[in-house]
Amino acid sequence: MESALAIAKREFRTFFGSPIAYIVLGGFLLLAGWLYFSPLFLIGQASLRNFFGLVPVLFVVLVPAVTMRAMAEERKSGTLELLLTMPMDDWQIVVGKFLASLGMVSVGLLWTLPYSLSVASMTGPGAPFDWGPVFAGYLGLLLLASAFIGLGLWGSALSKNQIVGFIVGLVLCFAFYFVDKFAALLPETLGQVLEFLSVDYHFENIARGVLDTRDLVFYLSLTAVGLVLTTRTLSSARQ
Amino acid sequence: MPTSMIHIEGLTKRYGNTEALRGLSFTVPKGQVVGFLGPNGAGKSTTMRILAGYVTPTSGTATVGDLDVVQRAVEARRLIGYLPENNPLYEEMMVVDFLKFIAEVRQVPVSQRSARIKSAVERCGLGQVLGKDINQLSKGFRQRVGLAQAILHEPDLLILDEPTSGLDPNQIVEIRALIKDLGREKTVILSTHILSEVQSTCSRVLIVSGGQLVADDSPERLTSSGDGGEVTVVLASKFNQPLDAAAVGTGLRGVPGITQVDAVAGEGGNTLGFKLRHGVEDPRRSLFEHVVKQDLVLLEVRRTQVSLEDTFRKLTGQGSDAQPRKAA
Repeated sequence: MESALAIAKREFRTFFGSPIAYIVLGGFLLLAGWLYFSPLFLIGQASLRNFFGLVPVLFVVLVPAVTMRAMAEERKSGTLELLLTMPMDDWQIVVGKFLASLGMVSVGLLWTLPYSLSVASMTGPGAPFDWGPVFAGYLGLLLLASAFIGLGLWGSALSKNQIVGFIVGLVLCFAFYFVDKFAALLPETLGQVLEFLSVDYHFENIARGVLDTRDLVFYLSLTAVGLVLTTRTLSSARQ
Repeated sequence: MPTSMIHIEGLTKRYGNTEALRGLSFTVPKGQVVGFLGPNGAGKSTTMRILAGYVTPTSGTATVGDLDVVQRAVEARRLIGYLPENNPLYEEMMVVDFLKFIAEVRQVPVSQRSARIKSAVERCGLGQVLGKDINQLSKGFRQRVGLAQAILHEPDLLILDEPTSGLDPNQIVEIRALIKDLGREKTVILSTHILSEVQSTCSRVLIVSGGQLVADDSPERLTSSGDGGEVTVVLASKFNQPLDAAAVGTGLRGVPGITQVDAVAGEGGNTLGFKLRHGVEDPRRSLFEHVVKQDLVLLEVRRTQVSLEDTFRKLTGQGSDAQPRKAA
């Protein structure tokens, strides 16, 4: 695990040493800010509902943008040979990259905390602000991000090209986001299956403040599937 | 009890339809500095990558310090310091950060980390570039960073894939001196196609061609006798009278050990020159006795060394059907 942490640390530092980090996270914060401030100024309503409702969509783009270079760059520059000949199992590389990516997304989310604080400060006297759903919302976002990171890393591991990694990641994340959007039109059982596969459906459950093990299990297994696939792809790079 | 550092047996590697290795076998005992020679595409890099754990063999086994590189990969890799071909490095990192990173990934104990980094930096002469980004370094310094990375954890075995390629002559000399220095305490296997490099640094040469071993010997033996050599002689008569070239040549052909006689230019006047091919035995003594018996004067005897280039070209030129030569 020490090796994985070393890889995570290096990856995290490199990310924030590159302009991509600021473009990607800046874009995310700009959009998230607009989602929060537009109802505040237009209707005069301080609410996080809009924010939590649409951040998952932003993640569909943000997360693959964060993960796209993680594996592809190692392959392109040849440093993968260095990593794969170090005394550690292949999964350590993947876990390291995963932790770094989760750290990067968390940094983005950290900058949205003031929204919650400002909503809390605007609640009228006698009506205490309920922090429960806020914590649940952020937990949900982190779980959602983990699942997307797993998929994004796999996309990145597939080729030497970052853009290919980004597009594969985007398509996968979008599929898991979009899968239940027409469920209402389909027969009930099929609709339920699609709903269960949707990252958004589980996120809504959690954001409501209900922590159900089914939702946790869903996110954790989707993350695990992504990481296992990434590890397999990485191992096959050994030829 | 591990007696050999590297043991490779019947190693094959197939990439699709091309066979990179076709049953390669050799053993390297501890403490040897081995030069791995061969034309491009002979399987040098593939062999080294298999040892380092980057490529999985199709069949056959490879062990490092008695650990199978496939079955006990992680343990085997602990014993190895590896400098890949093209020396990939994290370009955007500072040299010192890169070495720290490698020390962490290699799980060098925290208490020894700074000491190990310091000693690797000193050995590789990186003191003045520690705070520079790797992409600002010259090729020579990059190569030293690659070497520092490989020796950081004090491995028993160093695998260096073309450590001097792309360097200028001064840098080559520096890197070679470094390798020689490292070879004093470690087993080193290095690949190259600069033959003089092998002569100056290695105690043993392995030549591969077409994925098979075609020679395994010391550089001295590969450049000298082996299957014979050449002696050039210049002869004159006792009283400077003219000599009959044909008769002298026929006489020389009768000397034991001489297999072929060719007349070459002498030194002018009544001297004669001959180029003699001989077998494994050194023919100079019997040559001298013959000349004295014939009342001739030996003005010059010169043994011509077969260069490693000649051996290399002979062994790798006509494809892969050459038989491996056994070490004596």
